[in-house]
Amino acid sequence: MNITRKPIADGVNLTCLPARKFKTGLLSAQFVAPLSAQTAGAVALIPSVLRRGTVDAPDMGRLSARLDDLYGARIDETVRKIGEYQCAGFVASFLDDRFVPGSERLLEPVTALLGELFLRPVTENGVFLPAYFDSEKTNLLDAIGSIRNDKRLWAGRRLLSEMCAGEPYGVSRLGEEADVEALQVGGLYSSYRELLATAPLEIVYCGSASGEEVEDALRAALSGLPRGEIRTLPEMSPHAPRADVLHISDAMDVTQGKLEIGFSCDSDDYMALLMGNVLFGGSSNSKLFMNVREKLSLCYYASSAFHRKKNLITVSSGIEFGNYQAAFDEIMEQLRMVQAGDWEDWEIDSARSILLNSYASLGDGQGKLENFYLSRAVSGFDDTPESMSESVRTMSAERIIEAMRTVKLDTVYFLKGKEAAE
Amino acid sequence: MNFTQYDRIGERVYSKTLANGLELRVVSRPDYARKYAFFATRYGGMDTRFQLGGQWLDTPPGIAHYLEHKMFDTEDGNALQELAKNGAEPNAFTSNAMTGYYFDSTQHFEENLRILLSFVSVPYFTKESVDKEQGIIAQEIRMIEDNPDWQIYHRMVEAMYKQSTARIAIAGSVESIRDITAETLYRCHEAFYTPSNMILTVVGDVQPERVEEIAVEILPAAGGPVIPRDYGHEPPEVAVHELRRSMEVATPQFLTGFKCRPAEYGEDWLRQALIGELASDILLGESSPLYLKLYDDGLINSTFGGDYELLPGYACFYAGGDSRDARAVTDAITDEAARIAAGEFDMDLYRRLRRTMYGEYIRSFNSFETVAVSLTEGCFNGYDPFRFPELFETITPEDVRAFLRDNVTPENRVLSEIVPGDAGGDVDGTGA
Repeated sequence: MNITRKPIADGVNLTCLPARKFKTGLLSAQFVAPLSAQTAGAVALIPSVLRRGTVDAPDMGRLSARLDDLYGARIDETVRKIGEYQCAGFVASFLDDRFVPGSERLLEPVTALLGELFLRPVTENGVFLPAYFDSEKTNLLDAIGSIRNDKRLWAGRRLLSEMCAGEPYGVSRLGEEADVEALQVGGLYSSYRELLATAPLEIVYCGSASGEEVEDALRAALSGLPRGEIRTLPEMSPHAPRADVLHISDAMDVTQGKLEIGFSCDSDDYMALLMGNVLFGGSSNSKLFMNVREKLSLCYYASSAFHRKKNLITVSSGIEFGNYQAAFDEIMEQLRMVQAGDWEDWEIDSARSILLNSYASLGDGQGKLENFYLSRAVSGFDDTPESMSESVRTMSAERIIEAMRTVKLDTVYFLKGKEAAE
Repeated sequence: MNFTQYDRIGERVYSKTLANGLELRVVSRPDYARKYAFFATRYGGMDTRFQLGGQWLDTPPGIAHYLEHKMFDTEDGNALQELAKNGAEPNAFTSNAMTGYYFDSTQHFEENLRILLSFVSVPYFTKESVDKEQGIIAQEIRMIEDNPDWQIYHRMVEAMYKQSTARIAIAGSVESIRDITAETLYRCHEAFYTPSNMILTVVGDVQPERVEEIAVEILPAAGGPVIPRDYGHEPPEVAVHELRRSMEVATPQFLTGFKCRPAEYGEDWLRQALIGELASDILLGESSPLYLKLYDDGLINSTFGGDYELLPGYACFYAGGDSRDARAVTDAITDEAARIAAGEFDMDLYRRLRRTMYGEYIRSFNSFETVAVSLTEGCFNGYDPFRFPELFETITPEDVRAFLRDNVTPENRVLSEIVPGDAGGDVDGTGA
């Protein structure tokens, strides 16, 4: 795949991923903002309000009709947290021109509609329609509230917000309830205008059209983009090391406890950490899964994740309240084994296979491609699936051990039942 | 000569029936690293009563799903781990009319295919391993039964069908699975896991001849007899018009279903499915006047949606979501269907929705899973899903009108509701 990324307007970059194997084309356009508690809620809300209607297609019925005419094209609003940045915008997916009956083309009209959603929202008295603002604000509050219903998600959120308190990384993708509650239609409209004027815009296209065709369609669609001075994004802040381990617990009306553990890493060999994490808890053949879950039955699930952009590892597990200490000890023991290089050949082979499989199949999914290349553009990493595969193939046990020895316990979060708390 | 080229959707398929009766489909996907194999038997939750060796057997509800769980056990251990060691991602599912086993991998494809074909075709159960599974599946069943979406759907089917085995919960109940033994599992495997009752579909950049050679090498040389099945003698009328239950939910939810004429084996099946889906979009899809009106009136929200489903001897058109007044929504759907059936037809809407459906169908073939499952369903029900564009062209507005007129009527209608309250409290209505 001949991948290119180039500026096409002031602070607007286009990444082109040419591919003829898909039935559809994908076009994603995301504004990138620094993640911050003050603005996260507003940035998260903007795409949903924009998606409600444009000057020419001012309601759901007329917008759907436009999309129906384009052979069921989809334009979905998205909000993502990538490192300490927040990406908000739309992802469009539409039938590849080769499969459209007749000689009709979809790239141009879909891109035009995308531009319309960004630039020409339906307004009243110079701000968003209050009805659209109100209902989308309610939807966002519901979405934030529903995180609480999924206890695993909730516990993971709590760990990060405590562990990274005061750092942008501790801020939730959708913002906090109280901040969203306080949003007003006028203020949101100003935030939207500011985003248009100052936020870098990352565009990713994947499909069979040529780079020039995509560029032409985008130039036409975004010609009215009111650019001001484009903001330079701040660097990611490293996680501040903690002198003493932080212990936090909450009590809720639950039957299963959630033990979440955060570790800081102090190595810049991220490929070694990535692979060490797969060995530790990153797959269904990992030490956490095979020992804490399968062998000792201490938990319903146990897995770990490597947060590459912030150099953290987090462990997530669901346990019976009474197993807290045993589960904690066993998780720490498994980490110690990885740090000591105490693993069998099949474990490292399996970790290698899992990573190679995921890099090899990255190019087979448009969504996965978009996410990877957006993330790469936003965080400034320059690795490719090929370079990562090569690194996995040649990774030595010594490098993994060295990198994993920098992994240090930072924060322990426990969600327990109300009765257990009494 | 076994290749078929489908230019309109950009597919090329190798099809063959092997000497042992196995149906083989290999869908070429050059430029993809992923290789996906799907091995399925025409046997699911609704196949509880069948004839084997001249005798009718009644097996416990949930047995097909139980068998699926146990198939991963091999004499040497567990096939899941074998596949995972090769970086493959294996899994399986049981539906009403099929059980499918699959893996997805970028390396060691042939070795993985051998593992898949052998663990599915060679059963290995012991009393201990079968007993041990009881607890695991019982937990799974409790989880399913706690799910309001499942409850509301299952109860809708129960209201609509009196005798059809489509009423049976795929996983069975905690009680019904207690009667499952290693012997019964072996008998079900003997009846349904024969090559002539199965299909192997591979999607990816592979050589079809190699897939065929491996299938011949691993699978039994002989197929099996045709197994007569009894899906129950279903009368045309519904069992009961309304069912309501209370559960721990935040808002009231409903599904309204219409019992439809089942489809015939063959291309009629696909045609019927397409007409049903198009009728659903026109009647109550997101662009329909009814949807917009109900949404504006606050009677439905974004959870609202509908679908059309076909199984052997079973067809159902349904819609639902959250609503504070399920009855009003149900009446509005029935009235609107009658209005459209009587001849008021928005041709502009019809033309647009056809476009959307066309786009959605072709889009869905991006997914290897969808391709494999569609080909399997097509094979079991006698049609070729890749002939979709040709078949779609033959559908007329009159087909849609006739569908609504014949099926979406007050007589065929049932309403299943879940209202907030204590879990499990039945507050069944008495019928309309």
